[in-house]
Amino acid sequence: MLQINDLHASVEGKQILRGLNLEVKSGEVHAIMGPNGSGKSTLAQVLAGRESYHVDGGSVTWDGKDLLALPAEERAREGLFLAFQYPVEIPGVSNAYFLKAAVNAVRRHRKLPELDAMDFLKRVKAEMKAVGMREEFLYRSVNEGFSGGEKKRNEVLQMALLEPRLAVLDETDSGLDIDALRIVADGVNRLRSPERSMIVITHYQRLLDYIVPDKVHVLSKGRIAHSGGPELALELEQRGYAWIGDELKETGAGAKAPAAAARSGAAQ
Amino acid sequence: MNAVTTKIDSFLDREYEAGFVTEIESDTIPKGLSEDTIRLISARKGEPAFMLEWRLAAYRHWLTMTTPTWAQVWYPPVDFQDIVYYAAPKQKKDGPKSLDEVDPELLRTYEKLGVPLHERAKLAGVAVDAVFDSVSVATTFQKQLAEHGIIFCSFSEAVKTHPELVKKYLGSVVPPNDNFYAALNSAVFSDGSFVFIPKGVKCPMELSTYFRINAKDSGQFERTLIIAEEGASVSYLEGCTAPMRDENQLHAAVVELVALDDAHIKYSTVQNWYPGDKDGKGGIYNFVTKRGDCRGARSRISWTQVETGSAITWKYPSVVLRGDDSVGEFHSVALSNHRQQADTGTKMIHIGRNTRSTILSKGISAGHGSNTYRGMVRITPKAVGARNYTQCDSLLIGDKCAAHTFPTVEVRHPSAQVEHEATTSRIGEDQLFYAMQRGLSAEDAVSMIVSGFCREVFKELPMEFAVEAQNLLGVSLEGSVG
Repeated sequence: MLQINDLHASVEGKQILRGLNLEVKSGEVHAIMGPNGSGKSTLAQVLAGRESYHVDGGSVTWDGKDLLALPAEERAREGLFLAFQYPVEIPGVSNAYFLKAAVNAVRRHRKLPELDAMDFLKRVKAEMKAVGMREEFLYRSVNEGFSGGEKKRNEVLQMALLEPRLAVLDETDSGLDIDALRIVADGVNRLRSPERSMIVITHYQRLLDYIVPDKVHVLSKGRIAHSGGPELALELEQRGYAWIGDELKETGAGAKAPAAAARSGAAQ
Repeated sequence: MNAVTTKIDSFLDREYEAGFVTEIESDTIPKGLSEDTIRLISARKGEPAFMLEWRLAAYRHWLTMTTPTWAQVWYPPVDFQDIVYYAAPKQKKDGPKSLDEVDPELLRTYEKLGVPLHERAKLAGVAVDAVFDSVSVATTFQKQLAEHGIIFCSFSEAVKTHPELVKKYLGSVVPPNDNFYAALNSAVFSDGSFVFIPKGVKCPMELSTYFRINAKDSGQFERTLIIAEEGASVSYLEGCTAPMRDENQLHAAVVELVALDDAHIKYSTVQNWYPGDKDGKGGIYNFVTKRGDCRGARSRISWTQVETGSAITWKYPSVVLRGDDSVGEFHSVALSNHRQQADTGTKMIHIGRNTRSTILSKGISAGHGSNTYRGMVRITPKAVGARNYTQCDSLLIGDKCAAHTFPTVEVRHPSAQVEHEATTSRIGEDQLFYAMQRGLSAEDAVSMIVSGFCREVFKELPMEFAVEAQNLLGVSLEGSVG
């Protein structure tokens, strides 16, 4: 279970998350929606442990462990996976080599025997078929020259291979046509299981036609402004995000002072 | 500086592993350089008169020359009177005749460096000439090679046993007045390797020389000469290390390769001289002239270098493509970390018809390192149908390093085809984070990216050394982002 309490975070001195609370139980899929600049990607990067995102206060507990105390690679080995909004290109390093190194780094940590080249290829080829990637992508450099859709499929492929306990998908649907979107969504749905939690970050309701979440949250100005079931996504589609802000004003939730300063630097 | 780069810093700060000093009694001559010094060196080595004359002529010419300043490197002027020009471990007269007579302390030194000199040891398929300071202390597999008519010995030995070959080829590729450091080397060179592969013989094993600088204040001036007669072929590898000292030490070598008709010489270098500490104190000045002469038709010379050491590297292994249809190749990985400076590249001089050359240069800059590729492709008026392909790639690690590329192309025949490609990329924080988010450590991520960058060059190295080169690169890169 993932428990986020009163999380405050900033980037380059600019406060982005201002007291975010969220609880994701094992096996649940939560969608996080919200307008641009509301802090969706910051939440993803903070959970994954990117150093340039500074945690100013609050806590994140993951299955009883202090997530924020772990370095990024430890979080990954423990089973946290981030599907990047903008997957990074690594010229000169073949996808196959990269994937095998990643799979074995995670397996070592989990005290599982490392996969040899044969076993690895067997697995990776099966998973590639499932996400509709041709084998040649194994031998190309990581994400180099991939189209937007190919990069996103590569993210879903990595997620399938690394078998995370918590997957965070950061706008995996952005820039995808409807066919690619369906393939990505199928990949995600296949991975749904009682042991695996997922946080699906998206700007559009469209993805949620294919991935039906257990809960939907609306992020506004760095905190969860509204939560509901899958029907909330549809409502957002019809009404837009503006009414959330109005609702905040009415309840006075937006006026609460951030409790950041006293705990700044706790995560570093 | 964020935490990711701090991690890489500590990774890149691993110790220079070959930095120990061997405690051994040394026969050294006083510091300083004059005609007397040269006479002394020549006498120590018991050289014939023609060698002494050759040295003195080079010295007199050197006196008229000035230090080259065109390279993209900065260092205080070298005081040539403050260098010891000859230092040799004390041994029985005339040098050891067999490995049993070599000082065990020397054998241990090479053992420690991963170059065991016992013929049945790890490098069983490789013949080694071990050069310690100014002299060769042992050469392995000489007898087996002699059965094929191959001469593999120290240069000093060749001067005595094969003076006619030395007279014929010495200075025929790099003349004594070629440049400042070549002239200095010609005057004071002390030892090095000599290889002669007779007509039609394919050398049955890898040949290698392992250079070690040990003595304080000494310079190493080695001279290597490799001759492959018609249809002969040889693969040769050199390795180099030195102790960690606060003073800079000079290494000014000359290597000459001669390939006659249909001969093939493959020359690989794994250079790991002491690079100085991370603030740039100490380290070797590696000022080297290397040139191959494709003298015969259809001959081929390939240079492969992995340059990870030295405070300053000034080195341009070149090929003169004289023979028709001859082929020259240059494959290079040069790494500058901390305060290291490398100005390296090649010259391909096309003279014969239908000559071809390939240049593949991979420069890696990290820390405050500066890495320069300097190359020349010259197509002379008679070089009908010459072709060259050049690829220069630079990889930057961190934001305080520098990479430069100075290619020169001179084409004097309209049939020439010359291509040049260049790229510059940086290992970014985003790449590292991406890899770490997949469970890789920052170290593994950096070395993965760097080896991906160098792969095309590493595959040119002899098998036994490709792995070593890769490991070395890992060591040399520690602590490179900052």
